[in-house]
Amino acid sequence: MPAMNENPADLAPELCVLLAAVLGLVNGLFLPRTKQWRVAVVCAIGLVFGLAAAGVAASRPDLMAFGSFAVDPVTHVTRIAVLGSTLLVVVLAAGEVRDHPRESEHYALILLSALGAMVLGATSDLLVLVGAYLLASIPAYALAGFGKDAPGTEAALKYYLMGAFLGVVMLAGVTLLYGVGRGTAYDTLRAGLADAPPAAMAAGVVALLAGLLFKAGAVPGHFWVPDVTEGAPPAIAAYVTTVPKIGAFAALFRFGAETAPGGWAPLVAVVAAATMTLGNLAAFGQDNVRRLLAYSTVSQAGYLLVPVAMAGRADLARPAVLFYVAAYAVTNVGAFAVVLACGRDDLAGYTGLLRRSPAAGLSLIVCLLGLVGTPPTAVFVGKVLMFGAALEGGYAWLAAVAAVNTVASVFYYLRWIVPLFGRSDGRPPPSRAPLAVAVAAAAVSLVLGVGSGIALAA
Amino acid sequence: MLTLVIFLPLAVAVVLPAVPRRAVPWTWTAAALAEVALVAAMWAVHGTGGGVSFETDARWIPSVRAGYHVGVDGLSLPLLALTAVLFAACAVYSLRQTRRVREFAGLFLFLETVCLGLFAALDLLLFFVFFDLSIVGMYFVILLWGHGDPARSALKFFLYTFLGSLVLLLGFIGLYLGADPHTFDMVDLTRTPPLSGSPGLAGLTLLAVGIGLGIKTPVVPFHTWLPPAHTDAPAAGSAILAGVMLKMGAYGLVRIAMPMLPDAWRRYALVILIVGLVSVLYGALVALAQDNVKRLVAYSSVNHMGYIVLALGAAGYAAGGTDARRLAVTGAVTQMVGHGLVTGALFLLCGVLRDRAGSYDIGRFGGVARGAPVFAGLLAVASFAALGLPGLSGFIAEFQIFAGTIGAGAVATAVTGALAVTGILITAALFLRVLHKVVLGPPGELTPLVTDVRRPELAALVPLLALSLLIGVAPRALLDTIEPLSAAVVALVGR
Repeated sequence: MPAMNENPADLAPELCVLLAAVLGLVNGLFLPRTKQWRVAVVCAIGLVFGLAAAGVAASRPDLMAFGSFAVDPVTHVTRIAVLGSTLLVVVLAAGEVRDHPRESEHYALILLSALGAMVLGATSDLLVLVGAYLLASIPAYALAGFGKDAPGTEAALKYYLMGAFLGVVMLAGVTLLYGVGRGTAYDTLRAGLADAPPAAMAAGVVALLAGLLFKAGAVPGHFWVPDVTEGAPPAIAAYVTTVPKIGAFAALFRFGAETAPGGWAPLVAVVAAATMTLGNLAAFGQDNVRRLLAYSTVSQAGYLLVPVAMAGRADLARPAVLFYVAAYAVTNVGAFAVVLACGRDDLAGYTGLLRRSPAAGLSLIVCLLGLVGTPPTAVFVGKVLMFGAALEGGYAWLAAVAAVNTVASVFYYLRWIVPLFGRSDGRPPPSRAPLAVAVAAAAVSLVLGVGSGIALAA
Repeated sequence: MLTLVIFLPLAVAVVLPAVPRRAVPWTWTAAALAEVALVAAMWAVHGTGGGVSFETDARWIPSVRAGYHVGVDGLSLPLLALTAVLFAACAVYSLRQTRRVREFAGLFLFLETVCLGLFAALDLLLFFVFFDLSIVGMYFVILLWGHGDPARSALKFFLYTFLGSLVLLLGFIGLYLGADPHTFDMVDLTRTPPLSGSPGLAGLTLLAVGIGLGIKTPVVPFHTWLPPAHTDAPAAGSAILAGVMLKMGAYGLVRIAMPMLPDAWRRYALVILIVGLVSVLYGALVALAQDNVKRLVAYSSVNHMGYIVLALGAAGYAAGGTDARRLAVTGAVTQMVGHGLVTGALFLLCGVLRDRAGSYDIGRFGGVARGAPVFAGLLAVASFAALGLPGLSGFIAEFQIFAGTIGAGAVATAVTGALAVTGILITAALFLRVLHKVVLGPPGELTPLVTDVRRPELAALVPLLALSLLIGVAPRALLDTIEPLSAAVVALVGR
């Protein structure tokens, strides 16, 4: 049992983000509209400081802060992945909302939602979990409808209604678990759930899962994903399909590993199989790259649920979920960055991209092949660990389903890759800043794959 | 040294964008020839002893005990040499290539690194990384430089072999989890075979590994990706695909499946024998029915790879007769090298036909010998090598395979071996049919278009066939290198 303490310095990365969001908001009040880009700089600096603090924290021993905030490897990876991808998203968003009337609010909302995702992954108490869920969700609803256009409004409404509904279901689940488990802290629940009535416990766990699966974009909480990804501004699409998921998977894994409710593995395994299959099948026919990426994120959520299901059963489960989620985050942001750089949503718009801009084309190829799980990208190592966890946990059928789905997914990723080699028809070259993000993400994905030993050892 | 050999092509590929366009083919050729020299030097240093030379073992992902572990021995050296020679031949052959030269050269250099790395890898995860990358590289070769319906063939190739690679990965993870302590290191896994206590799991793991490698080899019934991929690939791509990449499957069987799952290999040796036999006969018969010369060569590859699987099955089946089983394994490895050289040459010759006349249809050629005597001669030599004429590499390999299989001292091996001999007969018939129709006979409608081989083509083809002849006449150097390895493999599978 890690030592109990109430030292705010243990939450330094979270405080950095909070401070940056508040400072950004206050600054935004006094800055003229054309100078609001400074808020982006403030937010970026806050994220960089947060990353530094998270890096320092990762080298210290594990501890428990405020009795409900675990500072352990799961938290470290969540923090670094959330902060890193949020940083990339802020850079992406900076070009998009430049001189927008509510530019500073935009950055502040991103940061606050990211803060929610970080707490979501770090908490080991159901009540804090609910708070984190709300913090991660509510700014994201606003962000989805930020453009105030018809698709954005529809996206925001759908996102909000589903989030609110599944959030209430989750709250009910938490209440139920509190009742039968005699507590909300995970170590209390672990003891309490062992002799709880199975039916009540199962109902509570399922209801809790509803909310977390919504955040993770997994079946059955996935219906918002394609609409939000297509309707929201592209940078926000990159955000909602990446950052909240990191927190959600960390939270799911932590809940599964630390409370070990009965029936966890089969339940999550079935959800995982359904999610990856449904995501893949739905992605086949998409001609809009954002919808294609949306369904791809759904199927990726399925693969990510595999090690979550194996929480507590397999030694490989923890490295698998952590490595995969970080690898997925950087690869996914990279793919969205290329979409943003090109400014086109239809597959035909990518014809000849490799000729027009080799950097954008190559980054896209690396990111898409990365999502397939081709070595030596980071997702490949994540997938190997995921397969290993499934086999180690005795779920060979799940590994087989994941393998078949991976092969099927090749098909639609290739549908996007093949036109890249075609003839260019003289469209303008991609914009700079998103392109830089895409190249950086692709490079990180490769480096993380080749240097995975160092990352896993840390 | 070995790491340098593996990554030199990749390094050249990285600097290729900075090379002036006219110098690209020459840079590529120079790099490929340097690789040949380096591999030859490694072979000279390694000599004919057993054991592993040029070993490097660096930590890569220590938490799952996977390392950058590479080395060469009697099994990998011949295949590394084959890889270097074939890639050099393709580089020389493509000197006149005009379409996207820079990308073509870069992709082939990348593929060379991948293939060399695969044959040198002594770690399952590293092996798998190279295995998977070879698929990606070849996909783009077929897609971008193919003809006919390249997008469809390339997609089929990618999906099919990618499925195989994932099944293989599951098998590797099975080996990893079965080992105590868990490891991906091939040397450790060979020393103490995993899953020796649980035959059921070992059988499943062998099934996964076998299907994964069987798709790549390919064996019947997993061969259906091969004919379209070959037909639509460019000549150099086909040569590499057939000459080097098909060997990955057979190499994996010898390197991974046999030593690491000896019990299961012995138990299911009959299945392997039968799969090999079916591949031999089915491949030969279907090849006989082809009118497209490239498809014909592709199916004959299925037949030739079938001999290897047959020999490896025999090596696991018979309990006694160590000498015979050793002979079978040596023959199998020799066959990998010989088939690589000869099939590479055959596909390049098909490429010459396509380049001149734009067709592969046997019926539209005839009497080519008059207008293109050198081409006809080369095609004749390559065909005779492929059908196993004594004095060429095919004979040495197939003789050893049959002697080993039939002589292994069990009824099943004797029967399958004897049945497989009929494969030789069919192969002879089909290659003679090609010679009859294309080289001899009355002129066909496309014959006037076929001019003789040009200098780069000649420079690419002659070394391949000369090496085949060298192996056929003086196989000692090659066999001496392989012998210690096949003795080790037979001892390992006999545990």
